[in-house]
Amino acid sequence: MKLALASVVSLAALIGVSLFAPQWIVFMVMLVLAKGVVVLGLLVLMRTGLVSFGQGLYFGVGAYAAALLSHHWHISDAGVMLIAGAAAAAVVAALLGVLLAGYREIFFAMLSLAFSMILYGLLVKSAALGSTDGFNLHARTFFGIAIAPGYERRVFLAAGAVCAIVAALLTHRLISGYWGQLATAVRDNELRVSYLGASPYRVVYINYLIAGTLAGLGGALAALAVGHVDPETAYWTTSGEFVFIAILGGTQSVAAPFFAAAIFEVLRTLGNQYAPNVWQLSLGLGMLAIIMFLPGGLWTIARKRRRSA
Amino acid sequence: MKQRSTFVLSGLMTLLAIVFSAPASLAQQPIKVGIVTLLSGPAAGPFGVPARNAAELTAEMLNAGTVPAPYTQKGFGGTPIELVVIDEAGGPQKQVAEFRNLVPRVDIVIGYISSGDCLAIAPVAEELKKLTVLFDCGTPRIFEDASYKYVFRTGPTGTMDNVSVALYLLERNPNVKSFAGINQNYAWGQDSWADFENAMKTLKPGIEVKTSQMPKLFAGQFGAEITALLGSGADVVHSSMWGGDLEGLVLQGAPRGLFEKHKVILSAGEPAINRLGTRIPDGTILGARGPFGPFAPDTELSKWLKSGYQDRYQVPPNYASFKMAQAILGVKAAYEKAKGAGNDAPDQEKIIAALENLTFEGPGGTVKMALGKGHQAIMDNAVGTTKSEGGQLRMVDIVRYPADRVNPPEGMKSEAWIKSGLKK
Amino acid sequence: MNALLPIAFDGVAYASWLFLVSAGLTLIYGVMRILNVAHGSLYALGAYAACSLAGAWLANQLPAAGSFAMLLLASVLVGCIAGTLLERGLLQWMYGRDEVVLVLITYAVFLIMEDVIKVIWGVDSLLLPEPYALPGSFSLGGLPYPVYNLLLIGLALVTGLALAWVLNRTRQGKMLLAVIHDREMSMAVGINVSRVYLATFVVGATLAALGGAFTAPTVAVTPGIGVEVIVLAFAVVVIGGLGSLGGAALGALLVGLVRSATVHYWPEAELFSIYAVMAIVLIARPKGLFAAQEARKI
Repeated sequence: MKLALASVVSLAALIGVSLFAPQWIVFMVMLVLAKGVVVLGLLVLMRTGLVSFGQGLYFGVGAYAAALLSHHWHISDAGVMLIAGAAAAAVVAALLGVLLAGYREIFFAMLSLAFSMILYGLLVKSAALGSTDGFNLHARTFFGIAIAPGYERRVFLAAGAVCAIVAALLTHRLISGYWGQLATAVRDNELRVSYLGASPYRVVYINYLIAGTLAGLGGALAALAVGHVDPETAYWTTSGEFVFIAILGGTQSVAAPFFAAAIFEVLRTLGNQYAPNVWQLSLGLGMLAIIMFLPGGLWTIARKRRRSA
Repeated sequence: MKQRSTFVLSGLMTLLAIVFSAPASLAQQPIKVGIVTLLSGPAAGPFGVPARNAAELTAEMLNAGTVPAPYTQKGFGGTPIELVVIDEAGGPQKQVAEFRNLVPRVDIVIGYISSGDCLAIAPVAEELKKLTVLFDCGTPRIFEDASYKYVFRTGPTGTMDNVSVALYLLERNPNVKSFAGINQNYAWGQDSWADFENAMKTLKPGIEVKTSQMPKLFAGQFGAEITALLGSGADVVHSSMWGGDLEGLVLQGAPRGLFEKHKVILSAGEPAINRLGTRIPDGTILGARGPFGPFAPDTELSKWLKSGYQDRYQVPPNYASFKMAQAILGVKAAYEKAKGAGNDAPDQEKIIAALENLTFEGPGGTVKMALGKGHQAIMDNAVGTTKSEGGQLRMVDIVRYPADRVNPPEGMKSEAWIKSGLKK
Repeated sequence: MNALLPIAFDGVAYASWLFLVSAGLTLIYGVMRILNVAHGSLYALGAYAACSLAGAWLANQLPAAGSFAMLLLASVLVGCIAGTLLERGLLQWMYGRDEVVLVLITYAVFLIMEDVIKVIWGVDSLLLPEPYALPGSFSLGGLPYPVYNLLLIGLALVTGLALAWVLNRTRQGKMLLAVIHDREMSMAVGINVSRVYLATFVVGATLAALGGAFTAPTVAVTPGIGVEVIVLAFAVVVIGGLGSLGGAALGALLVGLVRSATVHYWPEAELFSIYAVMAIVLIARPKGLFAAQEARKI
């Protein structure tokens, strides 16, 4: 019941933002949602005891899939782009997951990083795709309904809000039930899990597939928000940013990734505005402060208050 | 627990709204000009900071009214200007976010060095209807692939860099039989190499390409690449490298005889003159992406920029500084043309109308907004050869190319123009 | 045959550089289980410090050969000061945490150090070409090569052998190996693990700074010089097997030779070469080339 109420309230708030807030807030919230969706996938993986340093691969695949529809096939429907982004990423994840699901710990992380850098290299090499300059995408309709010019991003935000909430709810259902328990069991002691009859490989594979699909969806959302794609989306620093947001939020709740993404965006924007010459320093100090004083991620603020209440 | 997170989130958003609200208004208050340039990372040293320095110098001198004619009026049309500087680092996605944050705070945006950022920003500027002047990025795609009303570029594109050096080379060395290249493996390096290769093949059909080295951007170390070049037997080596990569190439290549065995062309090498000086071997063909730095004409404006910049920053201004000063002066010219003799501040529409197809004077010479339906600048170009004289590096054998010789005509894409034989 | 000799030499030269840069990282990971992203910043600090110290030495008209000693001094200073500050000041409070959290802490440190370097040394590139040009050049396969590259290869060999000797023949080295193998057991046996950690981190930091200091004469030292190094060092360390010095050497050699061959025969693929090698090695040997055998805990 609480869950249903919370999701309705969040959806209403986000729709409200998309209708009434100024453009720059709409844009920022959309980016937050896009990154939050990617980190949601990371959350699922982290519960399985794995950290992927290569989510940029799917983020990039999703973004480029959406953009290629616009650029090469002249399909400018945002709804189709979102589905295409998630689907393309799912296909790649299904293929790569076969290999990656056999790896653990740092090797999983580095192999996933290697694949994302290979995509980066391919994109940089491709002059047809604009190399490091990338190219722009335009979306003018949403599932066939034309969007009034100037309102595109508001519509995308509303769509993104629905996607994010649905994804969060589905993920919540998944990890709070049997599957979530199985995932944490794989994290704690894989060998016992296999002795008990379940297949850790299968658990990791499916969770990797989920993470990849979510990252692809996030990539398409981000591409719609920014209106431009470039190979930077597949670079390891982008993947590292997602991992940071994941740790920031902690793995306790499906709302945490979104909350953490918001804090991260705010920190970065504030740093860039008020300290343009030393924004890296301020971001690093901010990160350290959060890591040192909130070891369970930002979510512990909420939990501490609840306990004392 | 979920409700708490939603409330905190909404509370945070409200806080943000308060912090970031209050757009600037145009009248009475100083004109706010957003300056976006690279302040961190490897491009800060050669381009971003020289551009920011030039912006601050120009703004200050404009407000004091000490800029030579025809820019003697204080600020823009009598109203002082105020700069809001932000860092261009982080890639196009981040820059689009920063641009959207910047737009409510300023009246005009001038900036962008990276072509990727320019490509991403242009449609956003159009969407937000904010006059945005790109000052440095090189890709011709901005106005060749699309048309914009609110976006201008006051600097010439990168096409003319490589066409000019190709012309210069073949005028001096008509018997060149083969060439090779070493360029950074990203859009700038790839496009520059493609332009040079196509220009050479058009101007001298049958010429052979020996090898095209494409080291990773910021690799810094080119041992294997230099070995490959030395072993290739090419007559000419072309490079559009800049910054630390270019300096590394010279420092590692010169002792190994790269510059003796081959004629080396550095199409964007001008900023390295101040950094490397006489370490650049004699006989190197060098471009400055326009009539800037040592190629600047001997006008009051160029003297003003060179002496003012040198006095303040103890180094000469390089092409990034020239192009930034040029952008600000171009906007000023349009503003004052739009204002005319009246007292009212011109609105954005009038400034845009004035800037279209404008011809104005910059510290590098005449700038004509002649391409891209009046939104893209062209300038003459100049190429020279390096020679050490009395412990200083000088440019000798300077040749100037008129704008229409090295820029495509209106409506024609650069790549097609080069392949067609540089038809006028 | 004529082409193979330069390719091999370029490959070995690059491999030496890679080894110098990665040795410290694999040592720190092996002992402390920290994947030190700030390794790149320590490398950059070493390069900048080397420029300052050696630059000052040369500016005072002191004998040019002494500039090499300055490079060494710079690395040792950076390693001891920065290493100790980082380990005692920050990392020692965080050891109990999850491995990933430690990676993020070092990433935050990396961000901070990038701007600290920018504040101290500015954004312009620093040049220190004298030590590079000083030893002159020699000819190999008909092409000129700087003797400095031989110096680097020699330095990598000496460093590798010295580390191997210290680890395997001295008491302190064996204590380090024990901690790599099993931290709890080492503590139970009476080894002061905290001091071992400090020593390891300082040595690792010095090695990173050494890589940077000896690279400085060959390149223009710019902000961001540490960023690319991080991924390269990680890749080499993973290829070789974490915590294995021999693995790092072999991994560096493999990557160096493959890269050199790619540059000569297929230049556009150079961007992929290191990641392709990493992917292939991990597919064939999932824990790297020389992974330590670990007992499975049930």
